[in-house]
Amino acid sequence: MDVTQYLISPAEATRRSGPHDKIVMSSRVRLARNIKGLSFPGWAKKAERVRALETVRPAVETLPQMGGTPFSDSMDNLTAIDKQILVERHLISREHAAKTAGSGLVISKDESLCVMINEEDHLRMQALRPGLQMKQAWLAIDQVDSELERRLEYAFNSELGYLTACPTNLGTGIRVSAMLHLPGLVLSEHINQIIQSVNKLGLAVRGLYGEGTEALGNVFQVSNQMTLGESETDIVERLNKVLLQIIEHEENARVMLLEKKPKMVFNHIGRAYGILANAHSISSKETMNLLSLMRLGVDLELFPGVERSLVDELFIITQPAHLQKTFSEKLAAEERDVLRADMLRERLRTVHRPNPKLPPSLDKNSSQ
Amino acid sequence: MLCMLCKQNEAKVHLTQIVQDKVQKVDLCEDCAKTKGVNDPAGFSLADLLLGLGAAKEIEETNAGEELKCPNCGFTQADFKKAGRLGCSECYETFAEPLDSLLKSMHKGPRHVGKAPQALAQSRDLTERLRILQKKLEKSITQEDFEMAAHLRDEIKATKDRLNQVTTTP
Ligand SMILES: [Zn+2]
Ligand SMILES: [Zn+2]
Repeated sequence: MDVTQYLISPAEATRRSGPHDKIVMSSRVRLARNIKGLSFPGWAKKAERVRALETVRPAVETLPQMGGTPFSDSMDNLTAIDKQILVERHLISREHAAKTAGSGLVISKDESLCVMINEEDHLRMQALRPGLQMKQAWLAIDQVDSELERRLEYAFNSELGYLTACPTNLGTGIRVSAMLHLPGLVLSEHINQIIQSVNKLGLAVRGLYGEGTEALGNVFQVSNQMTLGESETDIVERLNKVLLQIIEHEENARVMLLEKKPKMVFNHIGRAYGILANAHSISSKETMNLLSLMRLGVDLELFPGVERSLVDELFIITQPAHLQKTFSEKLAAEERDVLRADMLRERLRTVHRPNPKLPPSLDKNSSQ
Repeated sequence: MLCMLCKQNEAKVHLTQIVQDKVQKVDLCEDCAKTKGVNDPAGFSLADLLLGLGAAKEIEETNAGEELKCPNCGFTQADFKKAGRLGCSECYETFAEPLDSLLKSMHKGPRHVGKAPQALAQSRDLTERLRILQKKLEKSITQEDFEMAAHLRDEIKATKDRLNQVTTTP
């Protein structure tokens, strides 16, 4: 089945807005659940996994929260490219993309709910919201979970809570996370300080793309780590508080940069625009880093008339699998780099170069 | 340096993270980093990986000698060492002892706080209520307040009936 026929187009998806979406790109709450007595997917034999999928999938598909006609399929019916597209849209994990027969996927029509069946646990269900909407995401997934517990017998123990394949998810099985765009903290070199203090609160921060501590596109994910001994609502509230603080730090960093180092900021953004709008070959890594700067430029009103959603759409459609899907023949990496550059030049054709207005106090010192 | 997971390829991806004031490191080869989805928003958590590996080691240490094996799924501590994951929900019974101190170190508390499936939540409340009523009953008997004791006995019976109802309906 061709999953892209079901998915909302990136153009439409990126126009959805939410509170603080300048900095918080999305909020996500995930719950891990398992069926009592059955082996966890990583240990179950294939026949047992298939049986679990056959029990779980109908229960999930017919949830009222799925809105009637969800996308639902077994992972072996999806092509490698389609699976990768789902990863690039942040709908499924890379681990799940590697699954075949015996694993499944159900996505609600509006893509606000996504349930992975037989990933590491029998059920990995997640609610997604644009911007900072942690509580809303929790309430949505809580409702789905309450409906499912009437249809399936969960593995639960009053001492240890919901039992999961990995002891790190035990208890609530909850993972609350937000995707943050933090170019101000990166440019002002305050990001490591922030990461360290957030880590000390028992929360994890990592670059969303890129390896290890490298964060391509200045996009970071903040999430809880501990799941046992703290209630869902406490975890959601604690993370929400920390996120509000990070937002404040990012906003302050942007103000300070404009005040103290406007030329450095404008230089970065101007060069980013220059390359994106004029390159004839560009890697996905470079694209992401430059689009991040352009996104900052849009936030700072250096590109009048340009919506942030344009940049966010380019973020998605310039990634390898999306690019590959647009062109039917198999592409080598170098060919993709050329096509990516073609696409960027075309989409940025009508975007004028950034036009920074320095604060009056600094204007006389510059050649603007 | 060899990859901590496959123990075959050279480790090229090095991750560090502070978990509860402890700096922890993972060294992975590129293949394992990729299959573990190190950069992946929906799945991987470095903590999962670290603690999974740690858990395996812990279990190994506390159980040198006798080999634990889950009667439901056949999972052994050797399997746990390999996967850093358990085999089924019953494994938590089998490996309860070695997991105990580990859970304490990786989580906020040793006991679940928060949501429970409704039938279980109800039975949990009723069981707690039953315990309190029993205590009151004992007290009223020692104080020779027989009227109160009779009343409490009725209430205990009603609570027991409700508990039976809750736990027998699926
Ligand atoms: Zn490896
Ligand atoms: Zn087991």
